[in-house]
This record gives sequence, structure tokens and C-alpha cells, in this order.
Amino acid sequence: MNAVLKVSGLNRFFGGIQAVKDVTFEVAPGELKALIGPNGAGKSTCFNMLMGQLPPSSGKVFLNGEEITGKPPRDIWRRGVGRTFQITGTYQSMTVAENVQMALMSHHRRIFAIRPYAYKLYREEAMALLEIVGMADQADRACAILAYGDLKRLELAIALANEPTLLLMDEPTAGMAPKERIRLMQLTADIVRERGVSVLFTEHDMDVVFAHAHHIMVLNRGELIAEGTATEVRNNKKVQEVYLGGGMLFNKEDTHA
Amino acid sequence: MGLFVAQILTGLANAAALFLVASGLSLIFGVTRIVNFAHGSLYMLGAYFGITLMNTLPGAFGFWSAILLSGLIIGLIGVIIEICVLRPVYRAPELFQLVATFGVILVIQDLALMIWGAEDRLGPRAPGLKSVVRIMGEPVPQYDLALIAITPFILLGLWWLITKTRIGILVRAATQDREMVGALGVNQSWLFTGVFFLGSALAGLGGAIQLPKGGADLLMDLNIISSVFVVVVIGGMGSIPGAFVASVLISVLNVFGVAYLPQSTLVLMYVVMAVVLLLRPYGLFGREEKAGEHGQAGEPDRPIRPAGLYGRIAVAALLAVLALIPVFSGSFTQVLLTDIIIFCLFAASLQFMLSTGGLVSFGHAAYFGGGAYAAALLVSYSDTPMEIAFMFAPLAAGLLAILFGWFCIRLSGVYFAMLTLAFSQLIWSAAFQWYEVTGGDDGLVNIWPAKWLSGTNAYYYFTLIVGVGGIILLRHLTHAPIGYALRGTRDSARQAEATGINVKLIQWTAFSIAGALAGLAGGLFVFSKGSIFPNELEIAKSFDALIVVFLGGVKTLSGGVVGAGFMEVAKDWLTRLEYWRLILGLVIIGVVIIAPDGIVGTLRKVSERIGLRRTEEFMK
Ligand SMILES: Nc1ncnc2c1ncn2[C@@H]1O[C@H](COP(=O)(O)OP(=O)(O)O)[C@@H](O)[C@H]1O
Ligand SMILES: [Mg+2]
Repeated sequence: MNAVLKVSGLNRFFGGIQAVKDVTFEVAPGELKALIGPNGAGKSTCFNMLMGQLPPSSGKVFLNGEEITGKPPRDIWRRGVGRTFQITGTYQSMTVAENVQMALMSHHRRIFAIRPYAYKLYREEAMALLEIVGMADQADRACAILAYGDLKRLELAIALANEPTLLLMDEPTAGMAPKERIRLMQLTADIVRERGVSVLFTEHDMDVVFAHAHHIMVLNRGELIAEGTATEVRNNKKVQEVYLGGGMLFNKEDTHA
Repeated sequence: MGLFVAQILTGLANAAALFLVASGLSLIFGVTRIVNFAHGSLYMLGAYFGITLMNTLPGAFGFWSAILLSGLIIGLIGVIIEICVLRPVYRAPELFQLVATFGVILVIQDLALMIWGAEDRLGPRAPGLKSVVRIMGEPVPQYDLALIAITPFILLGLWWLITKTRIGILVRAATQDREMVGALGVNQSWLFTGVFFLGSALAGLGGAIQLPKGGADLLMDLNIISSVFVVVVIGGMGSIPGAFVASVLISVLNVFGVAYLPQSTLVLMYVVMAVVLLLRPYGLFGREEKAGEHGQAGEPDRPIRPAGLYGRIAVAALLAVLALIPVFSGSFTQVLLTDIIIFCLFAASLQFMLSTGGLVSFGHAAYFGGGAYAAALLVSYSDTPMEIAFMFAPLAAGLLAILFGWFCIRLSGVYFAMLTLAFSQLIWSAAFQWYEVTGGDDGLVNIWPAKWLSGTNAYYYFTLIVGVGGIILLRHLTHAPIGYALRGTRDSARQAEATGINVKLIQWTAFSIAGALAGLAGGLFVFSKGSIFPNELEIAKSFDALIVVFLGGVKTLSGGVVGAGFMEVAKDWLTRLEYWRLILGLVIIGVVIIAPDGIVGTLRKVSERIGLRRTEEFMK
């Protein structure tokens, strides 16, 4: 009962297509777990069901023992889940710092305040979070002019704003240069270690996955086909089939939305 | 029984013209995604051309050729509009296109006035179909029967065109998936032009074919446009069978309304529309679609900061000048300035939800007029002191916005806009038709301020303090967490929801705040004029606000206020000219095409380019 996240029998249909089939797994406290699989395997769909962006067709999701299936994302966030998206969704008309301040205002329940100027609220806290992801020097730039890799780092800072116990990161390094990827994953690993946060992430760069993930799950056509340590997964027959036999290269760039 | 059948027949006959116009609008929307507010103007032109042609061409043959020729001519006029006005703004946000079509309405109004004069024209009767037939003892005009017989053929003709011809297949493809047309190797801009031709021709046919039952006058453009929107929305935007079913439904409903509920014919129509939108947001035959971006296409808004020292000094100086106005100018200037300040507050309240929240309302006049009526009703019926009645204006408008907003925020994009329109028309028709209470067209009069405010000077200062106070409040809210949250929901609703923000609740709050402040403007208005009439609740009033927000600059904070000030002064000048609508319409179209950033946005860009103003630090 001490798993941070417990998922059992998750299914999702889109019309007649089953995008996620009977997915069951757990994430332990302080664990850095990867969910990998070829393009269209259902990883993003899974994430969307974990945080309430999509209702599952059936199945249950528990956070720290409490059922959260079908609750809206904002409720799940309040219970301590942070999330980054495959395609970033930061507020384009705000500065980098303001993006983090927004999440902080929400966390401290000051959204409906009418007296203060928003740009002054929780500025220090926001800067501290930006410091962690190395974005402090860009704090006052408009989000709209940031490089994509920087947006991804900003998203991570935002996701940390509510002091989450669980971070869901959907393709956190997509669109980044290889060096940047390694740095971001190193950063994530540090956060897991220092803050005791659990992280579930999807990733298509296998170097990143094998270097950092404590556990790896492999999803194919909506089904979990393997789970284990890096070595176990690497030597799994089914996984090799999917990735090599299926013509998928380990380092293939993912452009899927 | 006989009467019942006769009424059904009248309804079906009325449906003919409505269906023609509505199917044209629906086609245009389906393919180009343009909400063509000028569609009613094309209908009006069809009627005028029809009369002219019928008077020149003799006999039954002349009559029917005149109708077809009118359709053809209006189709060509539609093509001119499409090429000159809309093509340059296809990539712009929908709001821009809307404003452009509103400019077209103004231009056509004055052109029609120039060519055909101000008198209403009675339509000629159809040769050979001038008498009545008795059906179950009730007289039914022959022409009605002819219309009933023709309509199914038009429906079949359109259905054949859409389903059996290559053009139709392209149209359907474009309606369902715009990228696909490009993939089919079709020149998209000619497809759009073609659809505009067809849609406009249908509107022209509608205008000409209704002549024997009605006529032509200069108000028919805006009169039909609201029914047409109701039809298109109920039927489902882009659906021809939907337009047909809804035309019949609305026309029959109207006939029975006139017979049994003469006080609520208009209300009935909007109630039906609101109910349909709530149960089936995409209409009876429409298909669900992802909400388009509204007012937010193009480059993103810039980050905002409260005015700096210089900005504050400039505003303080302006206010000082305004405060000194009564000292060195006459009451005429004060009255004009009172009007301007009231309009600025109204525009600022719309801008709060529209620019900051991305909530494009087509019915903001409901809260301005609603507040004004609320105060006026209190004064008229319970002799409430002005001070209390005045405070009731924003309160009542705010409550109205809370009520309507609860329904509206469930929808988004065009459907949100249409529901706001439906609700505002509901309020308008109530004010217009509930004669015993609201005085109908005669309005409510003798709504004067309290003694201590009754002088021109005193009321001017009152307006200045309350109006500017309201504008500053709105501006502050934009910089406060609630305003930031609103901007967040506009920029990325998904991100907002994923960080604990209840998007709908924020939007609802913003809707209500905007409504309350529009009501405050309405309260100022009613006591400055001493009266209130239903035209303050009209679509045109809502559009005035939309237009000035856009003229000032959607992506700025002060656009609404600057645009409103500019517009009132310009109108004060222009209305002295005979054809001021023409000029105003051309100015609006010109701004849409040449300076889509609006006055404030363009000034900002130009001054940055020539180095008068430093680029903001955020943008480096
Ligand atoms: N909203 C949706 N409607 C219909 N099908 C969808 C939707 N979202 C995802 N899918 C389908 O579900 C499958 C899994 O998609 P996704 O979860 O995005 O995969 P991944 O993130 O692993 O690349 C794909 O076949 C995709 O086409
Ligand atoms: Mg994905």
C-alpha cells in the first residue's frame, strides 16, 4: 500500500481502436521509472489518464492509496502530482518567471486575489525554482521567444511548484540537443534523489533511459510487454522484436505529436 | 383546422427566403470559417436589384428572370467583397474577419441609400400569382404556394450540387477537413471565391424572391441577419439540410407566435436557439469541431506590466485636463465627453473578457442595456432614489452575466459567441416586445439624476470619476492574479487545468466582472440621457464595442479605451456628413487590412521601429 502511484487494469478506447490495454503497474516512492515504447504505443494516452486529462474507459488509478480515477487534472495536481507535456503548453504571453509564479499563486491559493500585482507575487520562490533548472538568467524574457529546450526546462520548474510527490514527464527531452538531454535527465535524477520525488517519464532516447531509469516498462500497441531493470529489458525477446524486428531503431527521432 | 393549415402554409412560404439566405451563410461558414455578418446586406441588395429589374423586365418571364438575375448580380458582388476585403485577412483571427464584414455592412448601407433612396419600396406582385386560393375555407396567397413548391427544388438542387458534382465534393472536403483540399491539389483561394459566389447568390435570390411578400428597405439587412444566425446555429453551421429544417422550424414558430403569443414572437426564436445550443452545441445537424482560435492567432501577446512613472504622469495629466474642461469649455463638449467616457468604460469591459480572456462575445450590449434598463425600471416603477437605482445597474447586469455566463462558458469559439448573441437578443426582444413593462419602442423616459447631480457640470464630474474609476479597476484586475489567471486560461487551458486552476470558473468570473462593469456604463448612460430605448440592446451596439476594441488593438491593454475615444470623436465628425457610414465602413476595412494591430498596437510597433521607444526587455 506504500506505492505512490498504483494503476490497475487501465483501458482506453478511441472509437473502435483500443489505445491502452489492461495496463497495470506501480511507482514506488523515490523511484525514477521509464515508460518506453514505439510511436503510437499509447504512452501519452496513459499519462493523460493518470492525471485526468482523459477519462479511462475502465480501470483505476490510486495516488498514495487514494483513488483519483476520473478526477479533473486540477484536483490531482492539488494532491501533489506535477506534469510536463510532450508538447509544451506554457503561457506564451507571460515571462518565464511569471509562468512559474502562476503555478505558485495557484499552489498558495491566491488566484482570486484582486489586490496585489501578480508579477510581484512569489517572485523569489519562482527564481529559486528557475535556479534549479538553470533558467534564472532568462527569468524576464517572454516565453514566446524561448528556444524549445528552454521551454522544456521551464515546464519542469513549473511542475515542481506545488512540491509534488510524483512527477509525470511525457517526453521531457523531445526536441533537445543530445547534450542538453543528458543534462536534463541528470537534473531530474538529482531532483529525485534530493527531494524524494517519484518520477514516471516516457522517452524515446534509449541512452537516456538506460543511463538513468531505475525501472523500465515497455508499452507496445497499448499493452505492457516487459518490465524490469535496464539489463532485463534490453535482453527481453519481445522488446527486441518490437524495437529491432519492427524496424524501429533505438535512437529514432520521435516527431509524433 | 383550416386556420391551422393556413398558418402552417404561411410558415412554410416564409421559410423559403430564410432558407435561401441561411443556406448561403452556412455554406460560406462551412468552407471558409468566416462568420459573414454582411450576409444580410447581400440579401437587402438582392431585394433592391430585384425591384429595379422587375420594373424594367415585363411580364411573368421578366419577373422570374429578374429574380435569377438578382442572384447572379449579388453573387458577383459577393466575389468582389471576397477578393477585395476578405482575401487579405484569411490568415487573421476570426474577429478581424468579422469586423471587416461589419465594415462591409456600413458601406453597403450607404451605397443602397445613394442608389435607391431612403423610402421603403413595396415589392411588385408576381404576374399570374396575384390572387388567393381557398384551402379549407382559408385564403392562401398563390405566391405562397409557389414558394412552397419551389423550396424543395432549391434544397434538392443544392443537395445535388454538394453531393454529386466535383465542386460539391471539394466543398464538403473543405468543410470537413481544410488541409485535405490542399492535398487534393485544389487552389484553395478559388474554391473560397466560388463558395462566396454561391453563398452570396443564394442571399440575393432570397432577397428577390421575398419581394411580393415584403419589399425592400434599408433596415432589412440587420433585421434578417439575426434570424439567419438563429437558423444556421440551430441547423448546425455548414449543414444545408440543417438550414432547411431550422428555417421551417423558425418560420412556422414565428407564424404561430404571431397568432397565439404576439408578445413573445422574437423571444421564442432566441429561446429555441439557446436551448438547442445548450443541448446540442453544434446544432441539430452540425458536427463537433475543435474550437478555433479566437482573437488569438498571429504573434502572441506580449507580457504586461503596470504603467511606469511616465505612463502614470501622462494619464494624470490627461485626467487633469479632463477635470478642467468645464472651466474653459461649454456644455456641448461636456456632453460629448460624457458620452465618450461611458463608451470607453463599456469597451474596456468587453476588452477585459475578449483580449485578456479570449472570450469573444457578440452580445455584450445585453449587460450595458440591461444595467440601464434595470436602473430605469426601478426609477419608473418604484420611484427609487437615483443613487440606489444607479448602483442597481452594475448589480443587475452582473447578476445577468452570472446567469448567462454559466451557460455560455460551456461552449467555446464561434458557438460561445453565438450563445452570447442569443442571450443578448433575448433581452433585446424582451425590452422591445414587453410593452406594458418596458414601454417597447417608446422606451422608458424621465430617468433623471438626483438633484445634486442634475447640472451638466455635476454629471460630467460624476461620469469622469465613476467612468475612469471603472476603467482603472479593470486595468488593475488585468494585472492582478485573477487577470493573470484569465490570460493563462486563454494562452493554454490545458496548462491552467494541470496547475490547479479551474478554467471555467475563471472564465465565468471574468464574464461576470465584464458584465457588471458594462452595467455600470449603462447606469451612467441612462441617467445622462434621461431615457433608455431598446436600441441600446441591439446587435449593432454589441458590435460597436467589438469594433472599437479591435480598432484600438486587441493585443493591447488600452486598445478598447483608445479605440472608443477615437470612434466617438470620429463619429461626432462624420455624422455631420451625409454618407458617414460609407466612410466609416471604408476606414474599418482599411484598418483591418493595413493595420491589424489597431491604433495602439501599430503606434507601439512603429515607434519601436524608428527607435522612439525601446523594445521591451521581455522581447530580447
Ligand atoms: N484523441 C484521440 N482520438 C483518437 N485517437 C487517439 C487520440 N489520442 C491518441 N489516439 C491514438 O491512440 C494511439 C496512442 O497514441 P499516443 O498515446 O499519443 O501514443 P504515444 O504517446 O505512445 O506516441 C495512437 O494510435 C493514436 O492515434
Ligand atoms: Mg506521446
